[in-house]
Amino acid sequence: MAEMTPSPVLDAADQTLIMNMGPQHPSTHGVLRLLLEIDGETIVRIMPDIGYLHTGIEKTCEAKFYQQVVPMTDRIDYLCPMTNNLTYCLAVEKLLGLEIPPRAQWLRVMMNELTRINSHLVWLGTHALDIGAMTVFLYCFREREQVLRLFEAVSGQRMMTSYFRIGGVSIEPPLDFFGRVKTFIDAFPEHIDEYENLLTQNPIFVMRTKGVAFLSKQDALALAATGPTLRASGVDVDLRRDGPYSGYENFKFNVPIASEGDVYARYLVRVAELRESQKIVKQALEGIPEGPVKADAPKVVLPDREKMKTQMEALIYHFKIVTEGFTVPEGEVYQAVESPRGEMGYYVVSDGGAKPYRVHMRSPSFANIQTLQKMCEGRLIADVVAAIGSIDIVLGDCDR
Amino acid sequence: MALEPAVTDLEQLKSHPEVACLVALNAAAVESAKFDRNELTVYVERTALRGACAALKNDASLQYDFLSDVTCVDWFPREPRFKVVYHLFSTVTKKRVRLKVRLTGDDAAVDSLTPLWPGANFFEREVFDLFGVRFNEHPNLKRILMPDNWEGHPLRKDYPVEGYR
Repeated sequence: MAEMTPSPVLDAADQTLIMNMGPQHPSTHGVLRLLLEIDGETIVRIMPDIGYLHTGIEKTCEAKFYQQVVPMTDRIDYLCPMTNNLTYCLAVEKLLGLEIPPRAQWLRVMMNELTRINSHLVWLGTHALDIGAMTVFLYCFREREQVLRLFEAVSGQRMMTSYFRIGGVSIEPPLDFFGRVKTFIDAFPEHIDEYENLLTQNPIFVMRTKGVAFLSKQDALALAATGPTLRASGVDVDLRRDGPYSGYENFKFNVPIASEGDVYARYLVRVAELRESQKIVKQALEGIPEGPVKADAPKVVLPDREKMKTQMEALIYHFKIVTEGFTVPEGEVYQAVESPRGEMGYYVVSDGGAKPYRVHMRSPSFANIQTLQKMCEGRLIADVVAAIGSIDIVLGDCDR
Repeated sequence: MALEPAVTDLEQLKSHPEVACLVALNAAAVESAKFDRNELTVYVERTALRGACAALKNDASLQYDFLSDVTCVDWFPREPRFKVVYHLFSTVTKKRVRLKVRLTGDDAAVDSLTPLWPGANFFEREVFDLFGVRFNEHPNLKRILMPDNWEGHPLRKDYPVEGYR
């Protein structure tokens, strides 16, 4: 979070003006502050100023037991809590060498893709709103509400779900849950058609987005952009396919890419991803195996309430996990997953104790925000709004 | 899936093309290597870091063209206390490798990777902000998450979790 001291900029060019945008600007999706150096209406330089939402989560994690970190991870990116849960749990499971039962893996994939749908819907609605198409917002939030109700059904929470646990998921979903997911997912392709009818051929939307905020393939790679931002610039990387985790290798899906590298291409890639996510959830529903939803590891996974009341060992393990946590063998892992925004990576270091020695989150928004300079230089101020929307930043994710 | 013991023998690890490439480049600069939980870690001498990254990036068969992440771990009170961690990814072969550099507390500085990957800019600023590790030749080494007038580096282990009050 820099102070308002852009002195080198002022010295460099006397014809330009420094303008402040944010942190309360409605199109900055949170508390992003941008310092714009402008020449008339044209952007010369753009300096993102982040840190307004920095809460020191990485430091807090070091003072908590491994299982207590799970709810912290929700709060990083409030649009894809499950993805963050998943990444952290996978990292710790890798440290422990813990095998997850297939049913839990499939549930995780299903919830993860619903999260992606949720996140992309919020993105689509707000992005269109920024550009001036208000109707889409209302349509998107109608469907998003249904996804949130599904989250509420499995975890009791709409946003900060904390549904995943180290060793599986917290609880078997309620009886009618899969039926409700099926109803939603069967109707969803028609809804995507509705959004596309409103935007894809809409001349105003196309003029505001086509050719705007161009990012070349080389720049996208050099600036560590990931996710749809990278794929819309023609780089074919999707971690779900390239480094499968949590059983993604069992699912068939396409990885949409585009080569234009503009806002419109990023829009097309994300809408295509909505369709792919719908397919994955459908496959997960059809093929979900029976079995337990937690790993058989009494020292790590909390026992069932029933066992706790009848078996002495279960009660002892429960007491020990809650009061002193569980130890994790010494080591370090980096687990990356494909979040709706890009590569979400958790680097977890263990010193052999019950608290993580270090948890680092590589968040996609933090890296993607660097691309704004390349996207916006030489373009108009109005295009900055389209560019910010197109990289889909979440400031909680960015500042941690 | 039981944990397999980590492989730390450099000779044995030369079967990994990444290790072979770095040893061929400058055998003295490769301090040690480890293969643990399916992840390869190479400790590099700090002056050789940029050369090592350039070699991995430009090697025709490895093509580590993407810098995923830069972070740091503080092992205070042990010396050398800082380990700066680089995660490289290849968008061609889809493989990952981790490079680490050891830095002492009184001289915590390493070459910046911004000449190779401009995207290292924010990552290195974050490490500077939260750990106080300096990056030589960085174009804009300022605090990024904490306020400019903040005292101390919060992710250091000698910084209390509740902060100074």
